[in-house]
Amino acid sequence: MDTPVSGQDAQLREIIERHAQRPGGLLPALHELQSVLGHLPASLIGEIASEFNLSRAEVHGVISFYPDFRTTPAGRHTLRICRAEACQSMGGEALAEHARSVLSCEFRETTADGNVTLEPVYCLGLCAQSPAISLDGQPYARVTPARLNELLEDVSKAASTSVAGVAP
Amino acid sequence: MSVTVIYVPRDTAALAVGADAVARAIEAEAVARGLALKVIRNGSRGMLWLETLVEVATPHGRVAYGPVNTGDVAGLFEAGFIHGAAHPLFHGLTEDIPYLKKQERLTFSRVGVIDPVSLTDYAEHGGWQGLKRALGMHPARIVDEVIESGLRGRGGAAFPTGVKWKTVLNTESRQKYIVCNADEGDSGTFADRMLMEGDPFSLIEGMVIAGLAVGANQGYIYVRSEYPQAIHVLNTAITQAMAAGYLGEYIQGSGLSFHLEVREGAGAYICGEETSLLESLEGKRGMVRAKPPLPAIEGLFGQPTVVNNVLSLATVPLILARGAEFYRNYGMGRSRGTQPFQLAGNIKYGGLVEKAFGLTLRELLYDFGGGSATGRPLRAAQVGGPLGAYLPEAQWDIALDYEAYAAASAMLGHGGVVAFDDTVDMLRMARYAMEFCAIESCGKCTPCRIGSVRGVETLDKIAAAQMGRENHITLLRDLCDTMLGGSLCALGGMAPYPVLSALEHFPEDFGVAAPAATQTV
Repeated sequence: MDTPVSGQDAQLREIIERHAQRPGGLLPALHELQSVLGHLPASLIGEIASEFNLSRAEVHGVISFYPDFRTTPAGRHTLRICRAEACQSMGGEALAEHARSVLSCEFRETTADGNVTLEPVYCLGLCAQSPAISLDGQPYARVTPARLNELLEDVSKAASTSVAGVAP
Repeated sequence: MSVTVIYVPRDTAALAVGADAVARAIEAEAVARGLALKVIRNGSRGMLWLETLVEVATPHGRVAYGPVNTGDVAGLFEAGFIHGAAHPLFHGLTEDIPYLKKQERLTFSRVGVIDPVSLTDYAEHGGWQGLKRALGMHPARIVDEVIESGLRGRGGAAFPTGVKWKTVLNTESRQKYIVCNADEGDSGTFADRMLMEGDPFSLIEGMVIAGLAVGANQGYIYVRSEYPQAIHVLNTAITQAMAAGYLGEYIQGSGLSFHLEVREGAGAYICGEETSLLESLEGKRGMVRAKPPLPAIEGLFGQPTVVNNVLSLATVPLILARGAEFYRNYGMGRSRGTQPFQLAGNIKYGGLVEKAFGLTLRELLYDFGGGSATGRPLRAAQVGGPLGAYLPEAQWDIALDYEAYAAASAMLGHGGVVAFDDTVDMLRMARYAMEFCAIESCGKCTPCRIGSVRGVETLDKIAAAQMGRENHITLLRDLCDTMLGGSLCALGGMAPYPVLSALEHFPEDFGVAAPAATQTV
């Protein structure tokens, strides 16, 4: 488990303290912490709990309830494929199968090279343009297996030319 | 020479097919040709097969070109599209496109028309008129006006909006809240998203009016995290409304105040259920609460709270501006006004169709939708989201009206329609309904948490069985009955609808002869 480096400590503390002042500030705090770190390391739970005046179990309970929050780092890119009805009606399941096959990983897993994390999503609100996906937060509609290959090739290229694997 | 105005949508539906690149290409091409033009990023008109739909303002009105890809841009300039010239992608005046012309757009009157984050555009298109009137009214009178309009919750439950407001108004408390449920998680729905991205000020105005009506000075819009563009547009609009005195202290010089904040969900479908949403807003796990107490009496942080859907709130300004009578003159029976229907799934012309209640599914699927996208015969349509029933063709002539649908053991809900062609396997769709319920259950009540898992297993047994399917089907019906009657909220309580309707209307997919209901064990 990564421990946040000391340079970040002040920043993380500031985020936690700021949101602890707001009514119902735990979700906004977790979102912001995750946007900084890419995930929510277990090492943060104690500080969050004490600042929000909650037990560690309560904080863990909130983190584990919501699919958006992750406790381990994701791959460099996150591919989310809609698995809901409208996308199913237009070949979404075949697209999902194709993604598992070309990435050689299951849903909620990351490829062996750490490049792509594959996640299911239950509706992106693009139901009249199915099947829909999002890649690193960018929405794409009417995605065919061939189009998915192109998009994945683009991010693979970007990964091999970048200096280090920086999270998007 | 005056500057030509070009509209390129920034709705997610357009972004998902490359609208940003189209906008950049248009601007670059204009620079290269030395032409002066202004690109406005509007919402979507809701004709989603035409996205990216580029519009050009001409002296005769706005004309439409679509679907435009970056590769089409040079050719459009060559053809003279900035003067509204003919081109293979030309559709004439946007407002005259039959799909749009046949609609009755009340809630969506500005969506796709205006610049969503321009206060000037909003005001010039009738914005703030409802608030202006409400500021001069007694709170109880505002509530009465909403009751008289017949507006019912557009999130799906169809509870009369004004009656909910009345309960909050009549509950004594120093602190009350207005919460907008923008956790539009159902497959086949995107109207809330389009409204938030295309006309955010109407939602803000509706929430301020609700605040005045019930005596609440704080509002929250709970938006699902899958809608980043909606969150961005809302935050921009809120900042502008604050600066212009439509939010904050002393709204428009009155003694009233209303503060508004966007809160982002975190991927849990159940948080679209109002009590789960309130728990989530409080920073907790989204566990469903037992009712009573109603949120109107003990809601957010234990205080009286109005929880309304995006479209319910965004329709309120119009009702106040034009009067209850104007709105209730649309519709049929107890379903008053208009419903923004959403045509989705395997459909040729998918998009947003706002019409008065009372038209039929057949009109939506064929007159608007043009049949299936794949060209195969349509076989089933799911109405009202993942918890809504599957309707076979025999039911496509029922009027789209809350009561008529309920009488057919279906649910109009939020008016989302997902079409399927004849390749659909209805046993598989029934299994998915149970699987989805199992994935998204908050886990608080047993019928939902355990029942959905047993439902998946039972459907797998039906699929695999060589013999004795009827026994498993009897068990499935019994299980559905338990879930219907024993679940705490609509997730477990309504997941049986798609399952039972699939079994009822498409028994051949379950390996039993029709009609399944008369099969004996």
